[in-house]
Amino acid sequence: MHFVDRVRQRLDDAELQHNLKRTRGRNAASRAAAVAAFPDFDAVRARATEIRARVLRDLDLWLEAFEAKATESGATVLWARDGEHACELIIDIARRHGVRTVVKSKSMVSEEAGLNAALEAADIRPVETDLGEYILQINDNEPPSHIIMPVIHKSKEQVSALFARVHGTAPKTDIEALTHEARAVLRPQFLGADMGLSGGNFLIAETGSVAIVTNEGNGRLCTTLPRVHVALTGIEKVIPTLEDLSTLLRVLPRSATGQAITNYVSLLTGPRHAGDPDGPEHMYFVLVDGGRADLVGSDFEDMLRCIRCGACMNHCPVYQTIGGHAYGWVYPGPMGSVLTPLYQGLDKALDLPQAATLCNQCSVVCPVSIPLPELMRRLREKQMEQGLRPWRERLATRLWAWAAARPALYAWGARIAVRYLRWLADGRDRIQVMGLAPGWTAQRDFPAPAGATFRDLYARRRQGRA
Amino acid sequence: MNPGASGVRAEVALFVTCLVDLMRPSIGFAAIRLIESAGYAVRVPAAQTCCGQPAYNSGDRRAAQTLARRFIEQFESYAFIVAPSGSCSATVRMHYPELLADDAEWAPRAQALAAKTFELTQFLVDVAGLTELPARFDGSVTYHDCCSGLREMGVKQQPRRLIGHLPGARLIEMRDCEECCGFGGLFAVKYPDVSGAIVQRKCEAIRSSGAYAVALGDLGCMMNIEGRLRRSGDEFTEVIHIAELLAGRDV
Repeated sequence: MHFVDRVRQRLDDAELQHNLKRTRGRNAASRAAAVAAFPDFDAVRARATEIRARVLRDLDLWLEAFEAKATESGATVLWARDGEHACELIIDIARRHGVRTVVKSKSMVSEEAGLNAALEAADIRPVETDLGEYILQINDNEPPSHIIMPVIHKSKEQVSALFARVHGTAPKTDIEALTHEARAVLRPQFLGADMGLSGGNFLIAETGSVAIVTNEGNGRLCTTLPRVHVALTGIEKVIPTLEDLSTLLRVLPRSATGQAITNYVSLLTGPRHAGDPDGPEHMYFVLVDGGRADLVGSDFEDMLRCIRCGACMNHCPVYQTIGGHAYGWVYPGPMGSVLTPLYQGLDKALDLPQAATLCNQCSVVCPVSIPLPELMRRLREKQMEQGLRPWRERLATRLWAWAAARPALYAWGARIAVRYLRWLADGRDRIQVMGLAPGWTAQRDFPAPAGATFRDLYARRRQGRA
Repeated sequence: MNPGASGVRAEVALFVTCLVDLMRPSIGFAAIRLIESAGYAVRVPAAQTCCGQPAYNSGDRRAAQTLARRFIEQFESYAFIVAPSGSCSATVRMHYPELLADDAEWAPRAQALAAKTFELTQFLVDVAGLTELPARFDGSVTYHDCCSGLREMGVKQQPRRLIGHLPGARLIEMRDCEECCGFGGLFAVKYPDVSGAIVQRKCEAIRSSGAYAVALGDLGCMMNIEGRLRRSGDEFTEVIHIAELLAGRDV
């Protein structure tokens, strides 16, 4: 389905619109409060930006350093070209260890890779254990609509109806009761699973560890109970030191949910060592390229700084109006409007970089200062360079720019335009149907021009004075 | 910034902007009255056209560069360049240096021009220190922060301070005054459904503020908001450019 049709569908979905209205502004308000309560957030933000930018300048070296340390700690590091390759590697690991059930904590890279479908096709059962992801999985594998609040588009009434249908229980809308119900279903899954799959918020080069930031505790269970732990994440997530981690952890939860710190921050280094009370027997890292390496050193390198907090979508007027699913792929909102064309192909997502007002709120709140509107503009330039815009749009831009470089012609054109618009207004102060820009008048009136251009009036006044 | 021996401060070049030229020339004249009342001489370079923002945002970098060079030629000889628009002044101040960064001849000229380009209220408050206004406005007014002015130029307190100096005017803040109105240039025409839903929220915020008028600094956003208010049956809420609020509407 085309982007514009997906958008129309979401705007017409009364239930979704109701849910969006209910949550709109909530995360932005939480972030604002957290930032206001933190002394000198801007200075820490600048340091976080610097850390991420520094890593990207020597990404290969940091990854090699990470690999050496992780291997030293007893983990195995595997490199995946893309999502499909990552699925192959994970299925291979699962087969080698006789895995039949995989419990998963939240991983957007697994969404990128289509991991659940691949596991099922290989006869391995994936169980999502993040509450939001679990809700989506039992709802016919619905995709997440937000990168950290995957089910933000649903109301508790919808979840209640879903649980009653799938679990065969009495409907309830008390959120704590719903959570307990999911917990009761998930507990035995943790205990019976052979493999735990997690994402990774950061990879720490100096220790070979993965850091995982969660609120539900499911990440802890996934990474410590099963025999095998696989951490699946993108190659850009590496950072040099634990000190850097502490800096980034100051901005991540505050930007995401407005928390000073999440309920759980796990730092996992290698499999269970002699004397450890718990932990997996085997630990693997599957680190995915999937288009990331191509961005290093390109016009879009800034995008790789992203730490997946979701602040950009929480503050985006477009996301807050249409929800995450309308964006069409794994990543929604401003970061998705940049990543989707870069990872999926420019021609696969022509609308995303265009469907933004460039209001700049996303880049103002980004904890690692990614200039998202600039990147969208650069994508628009690429579309233009590669002839991917409609010819009429290209011609109109060219003609207008050509005229704007010729003041006399431009002044004459402006005079004609005023006359034309006045004729359309037909004596009224507004135009209600405008053939040349039907999109404008579909939603609002077009105020009629005053009657003469500034330059003509100004010239007349100067003559009058002389 | 003290007045010279002649009593007249430096020359300010007014960048009228395409939309003001085409749609609301009275905003341009209001801007002139304000700058003159602050003691500056206003010049209007006759060969000015457009800063190139539409081309820049559409991805036509080459056209944007051509227009940027033209603009620099027209305006660089003046002490200050002022536009009654946050987004047009931001194009010059924030984006020209990047647009021409790879051009050894033009990059320094772009930077020099950027440093002396201001949005109207920013110039009046931060540079001119204007406190006495040539008009009055009897009624309550709410101020919508247009995106480029606010987030690129840093225009926030300046229009509010000037409204504070305006005899008769009473400022009422609306909720979410910093949220985008959904205009976004061609966005409003390319994605009318999304744009319409966003501007609807803005109109509701304006109405529930209870203010008699909404003032703002960008004509594009103004046409979007006024057009939506009128389409949804609101014939009363006045939508007024900050220049005309402060200087009166007589042309």
